[in-house]
Amino acid sequence: MNQYFLNPKVFDDDVQQDTIRAGFGRGLKAAAEANDKIVALCADLTESTQVSIFSEAFPDRFIQTGIAEQNLVAIASGLARAGKIPFASSYAAFNPGRNWEQIKTTIAINDQPVKIVGGHAGIGVGPDGATHQMLEDIALMRVLPNMVVVVPADSIEAEKATRAIAENGKPCYIRLARPKTPIISTEQSPFEIGVAYVLREGSDISLLGTGMMTYQLLMAAKILADRGIDAEVVHVPTIKPLDDDTILASVRKTGRVITAEEAQIAGGFGGAVAELLSEKLPTPLMRIGMQDRFGESGEPMELFDYFGFTGEHIAKKVEDFVHATSQYHREY
Amino acid sequence: MSGQLTITQLQHKANDLRQDVIRMLEAAGSGHTAGSLDLADILAALYFDIMNIDPQNPQWPDRDVFFLSNGHTVPVQYAAMAEAGYFEKEELLTLRKLGSRLQGHPERNRLPGLENTSGPLGSGLSQAAGYAYALQYLDDSKHRFVYAIMGDGELDEGNIWEAAMFAGKYKLSQLIAFIDRNNIQIDGSTEDVMPLEDLYAKWDSFGWHVLEIDGHNIESIIDAVNTAKAITNKPTVIIAHTIPGKGVDFMEYDYKWHGVAPNSEQAKVALQELRILDAKITTGDFE
Repeated sequence: MNQYFLNPKVFDDDVQQDTIRAGFGRGLKAAAEANDKIVALCADLTESTQVSIFSEAFPDRFIQTGIAEQNLVAIASGLARAGKIPFASSYAAFNPGRNWEQIKTTIAINDQPVKIVGGHAGIGVGPDGATHQMLEDIALMRVLPNMVVVVPADSIEAEKATRAIAENGKPCYIRLARPKTPIISTEQSPFEIGVAYVLREGSDISLLGTGMMTYQLLMAAKILADRGIDAEVVHVPTIKPLDDDTILASVRKTGRVITAEEAQIAGGFGGAVAELLSEKLPTPLMRIGMQDRFGESGEPMELFDYFGFTGEHIAKKVEDFVHATSQYHREY
Repeated sequence: MSGQLTITQLQHKANDLRQDVIRMLEAAGSGHTAGSLDLADILAALYFDIMNIDPQNPQWPDRDVFFLSNGHTVPVQYAAMAEAGYFEKEELLTLRKLGSRLQGHPERNRLPGLENTSGPLGSGLSQAAGYAYALQYLDDSKHRFVYAIMGDGELDEGNIWEAAMFAGKYKLSQLIAFIDRNNIQIDGSTEDVMPLEDLYAKWDSFGWHVLEIDGHNIESIIDAVNTAKAITNKPTVIIAHTIPGKGVDFMEYDYKWHGVAPNSEQAKVALQELRILDAKITTGDFE
């Protein structure tokens, strides 16, 4: 098992916070310093996607496309054909929300190393409301052959994930959140595409999280420990390819599983885990996430509370689930 | 390849491509006949005169590149590629068959020499513009040119106009795009389905140099490209007026041939006509 080097302050009230998108911006600049094939495009959201960190450092390698997301990714496809590694960024609501077909046809089928950057994803975008709260992007992107789907948990991991996808030679989607989120990892923490990490070992249930929900699972696990439930927390920053081995090993041990994502549970991360387990290791499972409804306006943490995404709410759900189910799995 | 063939020889090449298209579509039993036939002259001019390419070395770093945006007309591109030597002509008859490299719509990774994947309309010009941007701004590679072909019906797509704005803004002068102005789309005449005119004024106002030519006149096609190459502060679009189904009397101007392949009887008649056309090209009795 990989050691993760959890931030020692992760359970403190004054845990450091930063935006995941800032980590992306720093990672993109660092990746570009190491590889001059990297270029970045943005559809009129340079500051808020934090591509600005790159564009200020490398103005000659930055391409402004205007508010034209279909063009954004198809231009990126042409750049990739000319030997570049383009990062095409906008808000996830439009990229891939509006341009999915161009991503499929001009990037995924060609297996081109274009990096789709979906900023302001999830309900964490807050007051902008349902139109801008992209909840379907994980499902949309993980069904595309050749596509790698990465959802970092904090700004440190976002920086590492950005550098990793810059060099993997594949079409990738990276999902970024808007608000500041607690730092759960450290500079020493590993990040490898396709690898899930056990952050806390436990025996009663596996809590699988992606993106900023992993922090909420850690908080839930801490609460549950006081209530006599020993939860294992697994962080899954890569949804595709999914780290089947780590997930199966955890679930084989605990016999119960809950997934958490700030996205639609249908077809998303929970969907991916459900597919894996129902084929390989049927196990009692619950998916936490958006339950087939759209979001609405509110401050990010208000919405997390309203939709039951906080550690406190999750702890209650886990407790009920543990009491309602017996540990079970069936090997095939 | 430039200048090695006479205009008459290029006309023969175009007619050969038309005959290949008929054989391919008949064998496939499905496909898009009208546009594939009407683009034969432009494809012949590109592959056998205009483009600097090496069919034996499809990835040659100094090559010109070609992006087909209206991917349904790819049979004529395959025919041109086979004729140019990218692959054996026998393979043309595998079009649309299981396991073939010649997919119903072009798929880049299946066949060396294809630069893009297209079919869903509207994104080919963007891909070409992305490539042209790389040549002009990132690689300082001024001697290479990027060619694109769009259908006219395809101009209904918003993505095309996003690309048009982009290329205009960045003055992508190494980008030379053709519009196959054959006036048809699946549901009928382009001006009935969704009027496109004034096309000249539209592209002009987007910052493009606009040329209008007879898309079946190979000399005009070559001249237009030479003009486009000399324009160094704008992208160029060549509105090529074409006749859908060109070369086969019973297919010409009939939108119903947009997405249909000839049966064996129709193919026989079409090939007969095209062979007569061959003789006319030889004697110079050719419009």
